Amino acid sequence: MSLDDWVAALHVLSAFAYVGGIVLFWILIVAVRQIDTPGETIRMEPIVKIGNAAVGVGGVGTIVLGIWLAFALDSYAIWDGWIIAAIVLWAVAGAFGQRTGVAYLRGMTKAKELEAAGQRGASAELLALNRTSNGVLLHALASASVLLILLDMIFKPGA
Amino acid sequence: MTVLALIRPDSWEFPLFLHVLGAMILVGGLLTGASSLAFARGDARYLRLGYWSLLAVSLPGWVLMRAGAEWIASREGWNASGASSPTWLDIGRIVADAGGLLLLIALIAGGFGVRRLRDGKGSGLLRTTLVLSIVMLGAYVVAVWAMAGKPV
Repeated sequence: MSLDDWVAALHVLSAFAYVGGIVLFWILIVAVRQIDTPGETIRMEPIVKIGNAAVGVGGVGTIVLGIWLAFALDSYAIWDGWIIAAIVLWAVAGAFGQRTGVAYLRGMTKAKELEAAGQRGASAELLALNRTSNGVLLHALASASVLLILLDMIFKPGA
Repeated sequence: MTVLALIRPDSWEFPLFLHVLGAMILVGGLLTGASSLAFARGDARYLRLGYWSLLAVSLPGWVLMRAGAEWIASREGWNASGASSPTWLDIGRIVADAGGLLLLIALIAGGFGVRRLRDGKGSGLLRTTLVLSIVMLGAYVVAVWAMAGKPV
């Protein structure tokens, strides 16, 4: 395997980590809709950290190694339309993803406040925060952007 | 190999898309399942979440990945009689099929584990599901590396 083959393999593995993280967050979004107690909300935190790590490593890996490949391979150029589209979509997905995180962090923060105050029972306010429709919409937009990147990478329109 | 990817005919792209999308869903479900089972610390909700991630997300992902794989393999002519397949394809096939079997075992063990949980018994079978999920994740990393890097 040449260096470029290794970079291509790591680029694809990064994409798997990125999408794997997005799938993980979809499952958590569905699961957290049933959770109204501080303890069970807080118990989700280590799983959220795994998702954040997957999205973080995957996001950085895809863009850095993708740009490397665009420069390293004679057949691709950084100014190719489908590559520019992928970079723009990557930035859009990242922005939506960051806002999704902010939307769901409110529930986690509230859960920690409730627990610190000794309130361990069900909370309607916490349930409402965990069921944020804004968060669902933002994650759907981030997912749609990533799906478009995948389509762009495979179909390479204009290449 | 990268040059081969560049001259891929248009008719291969949709099956490839389904194959890759299915594999990504499979990996996402495994990542969630393994994480939920690992961090559940006896909490029935998270043990069930881990199991259902495998059943409702990983299993459909595996079916989509495997169906897409056969579709694109037939388009590329690897399924024709007498055609010798490259090593990267063999690695992908072996890992996909063995992974499917492991997923099935993990789901059966997990199904019994969830039932025992409902009856107030231990979560030992779900630990088996956790271990198998981690093994599958490792195997799929190797498969993705082989399919993407095409070493031989």
